[in-house]
Amino acid sequence: MNLQRIWTRSAIYFLLIAFAAYYLMPFYVMLITSLKPFADVQIARMWELPQNPTLEGVLRAWTSVAPNFWNSVRITVPAALISAFIGSINGYIFAKWRFPHADTVFILFLVGMFLPYQGVLIPLVRTLQFFGLYGTMPGLVMVHCIFGIPITALLFRGYYAGIPNELLDAGKIDGCGFFGLYRWILLPISLPAFAVVLLWQFTTIWNDYLIGLVVLSNPSRAPVNVAVQNLAGSYFVEWNVQMSGALIAALPTILVYLALGKLFLRGLLAGSLKG
Amino acid sequence: MANRTYPTVRVEGERGLAASPATRKRRRPGWLRGEMLIALIVLAPSIFLVAIFIYGFIGWTFYISTVKWDSAVVDYTFVGLKNWQRLFNDARFHSDLRNHLLYAIGFMSQCIVFGFLLAVLLDLRIKGEALFRTIFIFPFAVSGIVTGVAWRWLMQPTTGINLLFAAVGLENFQPSWFVHAKFGMLAVSIAAAWQFTGYVMALYLAGLRGISYELREAAAIDGADSFEIYRYVIIPLLAPVTFVVIVLTGMNSIRIFDLVAAMGGSGPAFATDTLAFNMYQTTFGSYRFSLGAAIGSFMILLSLFLVVPYLRSMRGEVER
Repeated sequence: MNLQRIWTRSAIYFLLIAFAAYYLMPFYVMLITSLKPFADVQIARMWELPQNPTLEGVLRAWTSVAPNFWNSVRITVPAALISAFIGSINGYIFAKWRFPHADTVFILFLVGMFLPYQGVLIPLVRTLQFFGLYGTMPGLVMVHCIFGIPITALLFRGYYAGIPNELLDAGKIDGCGFFGLYRWILLPISLPAFAVVLLWQFTTIWNDYLIGLVVLSNPSRAPVNVAVQNLAGSYFVEWNVQMSGALIAALPTILVYLALGKLFLRGLLAGSLKG
Repeated sequence: MANRTYPTVRVEGERGLAASPATRKRRRPGWLRGEMLIALIVLAPSIFLVAIFIYGFIGWTFYISTVKWDSAVVDYTFVGLKNWQRLFNDARFHSDLRNHLLYAIGFMSQCIVFGFLLAVLLDLRIKGEALFRTIFIFPFAVSGIVTGVAWRWLMQPTTGINLLFAAVGLENFQPSWFVHAKFGMLAVSIAAAWQFTGYVMALYLAGLRGISYELREAAAIDGADSFEIYRYVIIPLLAPVTFVVIVLTGMNSIRIFDLVAAMGGSGPAFATDTLAFNMYQTTFGSYRFSLGAAIGSFMILLSLFLVVPYLRSMRGEVER
């Protein structure tokens, strides 16, 4: 190993560590700020570790966003489960039942996932009001399921397309019909795809702000990200409370990401059609 | 596919199957029978919902943009392009366009340059690659609101990053970040790129993994140095990835909303206002639904510039 190689290697690691520090910096500041008592949240000592770490800020944030945290759980879990199930059926049809113009229909699905929601918000609110679903959790769950149809179909279609048709043909010979093939052949081997889609939908729906804000703005029913934003507006100077609120809202997706990072990455790459 | 099925049917007919009463009744095309029909019936509700909630609603929004609905009371009196005229003459709309441009330049260049650089670095057979990768993608797991709240604290003019600048002797370099009356949007783009770069890196990394080492070695044997290998071999081969990245970051640049909301809203003189934020306030704050619908429709039209070329490139991939 010559000297030049040692230099390049050191430069590479230096750059990587510098970038890692940059990407972790906001998390570091959030964490230390949320552990400081309000009296210690001084702008001049922002970067210093808390001298008297306390959960005061975290507890205050938790008392105000806890109901919304549980709202988010009650919205995200059913919406992710339902949309994953719908997606797996749709993906199965798009991959294995090639009806005429199937690709055109699929492409029209894909376009739907690109377009900005601002183009549908007003009719969405009117329609939900008409059906008495506006401002309700089931309404929001339904909206997330509908807007999840394209991405979940895309992810499952990709997975099922990789499963050889011979496997299904064998099932057909054994007398399986449309549902039988799905239930007995595809569903038992769909676990990896379900994991990716559930993870994807969980993070997307949990992290949503716009749809929750528009459909469920009532402060007591709103999802956690809406509540954290309201908290930031009302306690502008209490940075320890704000940072705690942000951490609470981020915690579930952070934990899921750390536990299932590989699946998350797979979803990212497969869903690279989505922004 | 329908045409391909017909001959089979005719063959069956020649064998005399068509004579049986059960088959004679079925005059539907071949693909609309039996199991295929069930598949279509199962898919139908999803097609219906996408047709209504996406395409129907977009049409409805365009329609609302041509009526006189500018209060909480619904009013469908047709006024033609009046709302669009009002929008195009609105100073706030003009700042929005400028802000989106500024944001897109800042956001896209950071994502592409850093995303590519990090992918290249990670592809150099690094120790602890998985750890670095986890850290770089980490921000993408948190919401725009969380990102915005954190960066608003980091970008307080009197503290945060400016303290670090002062600590390294840059006491005179104390930008006002997102409250800057001209370039506030660039500060927002820094926070946005912090969140999104890991995703771009993941896309580039997957692309790099698809380029064989033999190809690079061949280029090296031909006398190319490592810079030339990237310039003439790798970057051209990654053009499809770059295209996807441009579409994704471009869509993000049109949609940007959460971060703006969390980082102080439209800012001084609408310096950090965006179409999405404007649309939200106009519609659900001031109840000027028709004007809001015009903004929403404009955003749809804007995104077509990215969606159409993207679908063109997708067509080959989707149709197998």
